[in-house]
Amino acid sequence: MTQTESVAPLFRAGDRVRVREAYPIGHVRTPYYIRGKSGVIERFCGAYPNPEELAYARPGLPKQPLYRVRFRQADVWEDYRGKDEDTVDIEIYQHWLQP
Amino acid sequence: MSEHHHHDEGVPHRHPLRPDQDDTLTYWRAMEIAVRELLIEKQITNADEVRSEVEAMDDRTPACGGQVVARAWTDPEFRKLLLEDGNAACEAVGLERGLYKLVAVENTDKAHNVVVCTLCSCYPRSLLGLPPDWYKSRNYRSRVINNPREVLREFGTVIDDDVVVRVHDSTADMRYLVVPKRPAGTDGWSETQLAGLVTRDAMIGVTFARQP
Amino acid sequence: MPALFSSFFAGALPMKTFRGVHDIGGLPADELVPSEHDYALWEKRVDALMVLLSRKNLMTVDELRRNIESLGADAYDKMGYYERWIYAITQTLIQRGVITIDELGSRIADVQARVDDAN
Repeated sequence: MTQTESVAPLFRAGDRVRVREAYPIGHVRTPYYIRGKSGVIERFCGAYPNPEELAYARPGLPKQPLYRVRFRQADVWEDYRGKDEDTVDIEIYQHWLQP
Repeated sequence: MSEHHHHDEGVPHRHPLRPDQDDTLTYWRAMEIAVRELLIEKQITNADEVRSEVEAMDDRTPACGGQVVARAWTDPEFRKLLLEDGNAACEAVGLERGLYKLVAVENTDKAHNVVVCTLCSCYPRSLLGLPPDWYKSRNYRSRVINNPREVLREFGTVIDDDVVVRVHDSTADMRYLVVPKRPAGTDGWSETQLAGLVTRDAMIGVTFARQP
Repeated sequence: MPALFSSFFAGALPMKTFRGVHDIGGLPADELVPSEHDYALWEKRVDALMVLLSRKNLMTVDELRRNIESLGADAYDKMGYYERWIYAITQTLIQRGVITIDELGSRIADVQARVDDAN
């Protein structure tokens, strides 16, 4: 694979995924509150240079697949007080997702 | 307040400088002037460029987003385009495509959408202009994500029990525009009239569109 | 009792995770005050500078964010939004070698002296 290609997408809309439970320092765009939670791929958003690398003025290649992942709020927050069907959609990079 | 005689902003000064406002020049505002002057001297930018960019920023107002929403309310084909490819839809009405992928999310009788960037302040600036302070505040970013109904109530917006709330956290390369529900009693209204009902806050999702 | 022993006997668990100062989704906070202000010219210039530098590929929004995120919690909370931005833009320019610390320091002092002369 050359540096200008994209990493192949592993997931499709409808797939169940779990966010990795990892807590590195550095510039990370996966919010703390979603680590370790499970949701469903809402859509594939395309592949983009990795912001974790761009943050250090590196090219961030190969591009990483990005997904919108939908979570039930009740699955994310222990004491969620809204409706059972309420959701939160977040954009998450592939390397933060596990099947 | 005394008259300020502003010299050409962005042009390096070699004589005493009046600050922008009456209060004292803070360290950070001195840094802004210093960095801008250095970049101009290094010919990385120039006063005209800075001025043009500020003017372009002033031209980006929620009226741009309002135009897009009003068109979507009246034109089913455009609505479809907006929901599939937000950037193409902006281009189709003569607006900037914007640098980021625009995702339009539609409010319906069954679902209400609200947008936040919990990590910083990502916002569809090309359509709405600069975000308001509250959108960037700790209180909004911390609480709308896990208690959206309560935060919406603080804006005076009550979501019915049979309506689902969907929060969108702009964590990466997408930017979100909420398409509010078209208010009742607007049959036959022109796009311009309809655009007047579309507020910035309705396009963030913290309120509904204005009633006629 | 030394602080270390106090926390041990209070059953304090060692920290196992890391949370950035900016990563605040879900943390306790206060009722919203829907405040906003008309942006001052200097704030718009900071924003414009960011747009121009990004367009010229001299910095990325990712570098801006990472520099803001590296501010301590106190600075993150107390600094104004565009103060954090000019801090982060300037840090990035130093990191990228576009400006030197020396010329930055000299020019800030110069700017401040001009204001002092005027007053």
